[in-house]
Amino acid sequence: MSRLDVNKTYKLFIGGAFPRSESGRVYEIKGANKKFIANPSLASRKDLRDAVVAAKSAQPGWANATAFNRGQILYRIAEIMEGRSEQFVDEICALEGVTAKAAKLQVEEAIDTWVWYSGWCDKLSSITGSVNQVSGPFYNFTTPESLGVVAIFAESKPSLLGVVRTLAPVLAGGNTTVLVASENFPLPAITLSEVLATSDLPSGVVNILTGKSAELAPWVGSHMEIDGVDVAGLSKKQEEELKLVGADNLKRIFRFNPENHPERILSFMEQKTVWHPIGI
Amino acid sequence: MIIDGSEASLKKFLSDLPPVDQVGAEARAAMLSTRSIKTSSKAWAIDMAISMVDLTTLEGADTPGKVKALCAKAVRPDPTDLTVPSVGAICVYNDMVKIARNELDAIGGRDIPVAAVATAFPSGRANRAVKELDTQDAINAGANEIDMVIDRGAFLSGRLGEVFEEIKIIKGLCGDKAHLKVILETGELVTYDNVRKASYLAMLAGADFIKTSTGKVAPAATAPVVLVMLEAVRDYYALTGTKIGVKPAGGIRTTKDAIKQLVLVNETAGPDWLNPSLFRIGASALLNDLLMQRMKLRTGHYASANYVTID
Amino acid sequence: MSGFEYASAPESNAIANIANSYGLFINGKFVDPKKGKTFNTINPATEELLSKIGYADKLDIDLAVKSARLAFTKVWSKMPAKERGKYLYRIARIMQERAREFAVVETLDNGKPIRESRDTDIPLAAAHFFYHAGWADKLEYAGVGSKPKPVGVVGQIIPWNFPLLMLAWKIAPALAAGNTVVLKPAETTPLTALLFAQVCQQARLPEGVVNIVTGDGITGAALVNHPDINKVAFTGSTEVGKAIARSISATKKSATLELGGKAANLVFDDAAIDEAVEGIVNGIFFNQGHVCCAGSRLLLQENIADELLEKLKKRMSLIRVGDPMDKNTDLGAINSKEQLNRIHEISNTGDAEGAKRWSPECKLPSKGFWYPPTIFTGVSQSHRIAREEIFGPVLSVLTFRTPAEGIEKANNTMYGLSAGIWSDKGSKVLWAAKQLKAGVIWSNTFNKFDPASPFGGYKESGWGREGGRHGLAGYLTSEARVSK
Repeated sequence: MSRLDVNKTYKLFIGGAFPRSESGRVYEIKGANKKFIANPSLASRKDLRDAVVAAKSAQPGWANATAFNRGQILYRIAEIMEGRSEQFVDEICALEGVTAKAAKLQVEEAIDTWVWYSGWCDKLSSITGSVNQVSGPFYNFTTPESLGVVAIFAESKPSLLGVVRTLAPVLAGGNTTVLVASENFPLPAITLSEVLATSDLPSGVVNILTGKSAELAPWVGSHMEIDGVDVAGLSKKQEEELKLVGADNLKRIFRFNPENHPERILSFMEQKTVWHPIGI
Repeated sequence: MIIDGSEASLKKFLSDLPPVDQVGAEARAAMLSTRSIKTSSKAWAIDMAISMVDLTTLEGADTPGKVKALCAKAVRPDPTDLTVPSVGAICVYNDMVKIARNELDAIGGRDIPVAAVATAFPSGRANRAVKELDTQDAINAGANEIDMVIDRGAFLSGRLGEVFEEIKIIKGLCGDKAHLKVILETGELVTYDNVRKASYLAMLAGADFIKTSTGKVAPAATAPVVLVMLEAVRDYYALTGTKIGVKPAGGIRTTKDAIKQLVLVNETAGPDWLNPSLFRIGASALLNDLLMQRMKLRTGHYASANYVTID
Repeated sequence: MSGFEYASAPESNAIANIANSYGLFINGKFVDPKKGKTFNTINPATEELLSKIGYADKLDIDLAVKSARLAFTKVWSKMPAKERGKYLYRIARIMQERAREFAVVETLDNGKPIRESRDTDIPLAAAHFFYHAGWADKLEYAGVGSKPKPVGVVGQIIPWNFPLLMLAWKIAPALAAGNTVVLKPAETTPLTALLFAQVCQQARLPEGVVNIVTGDGITGAALVNHPDINKVAFTGSTEVGKAIARSISATKKSATLELGGKAANLVFDDAAIDEAVEGIVNGIFFNQGHVCCAGSRLLLQENIADELLEKLKKRMSLIRVGDPMDKNTDLGAINSKEQLNRIHEISNTGDAEGAKRWSPECKLPSKGFWYPPTIFTGVSQSHRIAREEIFGPVLSVLTFRTPAEGIEKANNTMYGLSAGIWSDKGSKVLWAAKQLKAGVIWSNTFNKFDPASPFGGYKESGWGREGGRHGLAGYLTSEARVSK
């Protein structure tokens, strides 16, 4: 008899720990071959609430770390992922039904995405900041600042890259996040959280929930501690509903093209302009 | 007790004063210069300014003739209009004091004081004994007001106790014979923080008036400098109950300039300071511009220099 | 001698030439509204009627948007960028030529002192056009991508507090970036916008590039909801800003919003005290406090509070309230009866909730809408006057013990538009600037604006920025964002 696999339990990632949903619920994920793979947690609004608490309390520390420090951590995530590539490849193949070659390309692109955004952390004010030539004896500068807590609804496919390409820019901008993985393709997100937990990323900076976006989206939209939302994984209708509710605290809500761009970082940042007189 | 007489106590007091922000102070002065003073308020201001003028001649080439002509102008600025007030004072070098005093007394200017510059004016670079002699000499000659200069070298090199001592001594010589104006020479102090500190130092040492400049160095009586000095006398009054006067000198040539000064006084130290016992303007050419503006208000036409006397 | 009384020094209003009535400015011409409805605009200092203004309803809005769309498609988007820039330069120069006229009309329609419209509003408005004119043919260097494109037709709604300046903040960048606009001025202050329409004619701006549709909140809603605009640019209350965000949630329209504020003005014990007093006065009494970024919460370090309040009260006694057309007036009229009622309503909660009110003695004119400069001391964070935007000459004074506590109190609000820091210690100023959650931080100064300086808020003070390179981005399509 060939050896029995020890299957993984897929739990949530909140505050640096891996709790099950407080509701106790799970749901079934089958692979591309319709075979059962796992029972990830079905996150509830209370899990969301806890995740936001964790993200909110981690945000000042993350934003006040030096940009160099943030860049190093994002790069470390790439390093750890590189070491775990095969695990991700297997998972993607099983889930998406693509070839190992295609899966490997996806994993490599995901790793390279971390590297790319890692390099952006300490260059943001160089490309977007300015010293403004005002008409008076004042030093006047504009500099980007983190927004706060950003919720992400990750794309379904590509199941790993879709997560990474929404997550990395939000972190590069000094924000913390609650990421809701794709309902049908959630597993790489949780495996990624294992990478994050071992990459010097402070707990609470990233929190990952698995479950139904239809259930969680309205709660994200109405949560007054969430400052921004990336709606990549939502339908157009869900996006509109979220924007309607999100108007209550003027959430910054965006959908991006599926590619890397510094604007993905800057969209979740504020611009602060400071005046100071020049004199003796 | 504000200070205990020691240099340490003086330095501590002065360094505890709040700082002045240059851009903010200049903005406040600039805003006050936009006040539009017209018609009846302009007429009032012109006459007030005339009564505050310390009509000045401080030239190497001064002669008895020049000084006597100045005295005539001081008593009767406009011979065709006897409603024009006489000026606040005459200001001359101390070897001209006797001539000025005698002339004024002879032509009906008995109540116009003579101010003498003293203490090695304008540089202040002489030793203590020379400065004391200089002052005593002016008082003996009949000076009613002494305009002394502070030792800027001592101030800028931190010897504040020396600056203080010197003022005290000169004040002692003035006694009740003369009031003492202390010239800070703000153009050499450069920063508004220094102007504030020097103002307090002079007041604590016994100045009756603090004065901006000798008129020999630019910049002299700029609006922000006068603003800072007016703030100092205002706050000193709140602290001690004593009102000290302010005299800007140098660079105030037109009626517009003079009126701006009066607005500064009005909206900083307050209306109590709007009289010659607490505010003077050191000037020479200003008087004729005031007279011409006065004529324009009276007649409705622009005046000409031909209609005012050069001295 | 009673003292130095400033005789009245009125600016002549002969230059104003306000017509008895104005139509809507659509497609380069003044036209009557289709239903012929009009409303009045009055001088809030005297309650006198100034003019009858055309009221734009849905049909007129539709016509205006159609004109803007046609102008965009056929003319403005095809025009070489440098020519577009030259139109803006022309507009700027004509505004400078007619500066005095604009200033007088602004004061008559708005109630603000002539000194402020003359020295602040009008020069800044012209400067905005001059600044943005220079960007028109340099957009590829603006950091918004190598081939930036305009969004198309923009619906713009502006408030009554700085009518011409807010118009400049909206129209200048929009046109520089290649868009066409339909702008709705505030109901109580339409006149300088209509004068601006004349300037567009004098500059021979192509028809339909700028359209001015006067009206009220219903007009504004019709504009926001028009299906053929690509973007909404709004300055006004947070409440209406949220309503606009909801209105566009199911559309492809983007929006920039400049909303309310309750800015903290922090005075530390090492501040230049006299300049801080000026900054406090400027912060809340400039423009009668009708300023979204007004320093309406004074946070004083407790150990200098008494001394500073003494000086503040003495300084407030010098504030001259009265005829806005008098060149010596410091505080003019409240813009409308509605606004005056609002100020009374919220300020009265200050008395009711136990704060201590103080105003210097002032003679208020019998006609018109007036409120004396007022401070409330003994205010705490939970008072309504510490949380709600009053939008009038009313200052709430609170204290703090340590810098950290000052920052905490300053940030304890759902607004985040501006903040002030008064300290002579450089490192402290930079530290405080970093901590404060506000889009505009004024250190040792206040209420300073410049076309090169991006302006806008965090949190519920709005979305996006106006001015500078950052303000341009709002009028160009994004490379990375999608609006499916």
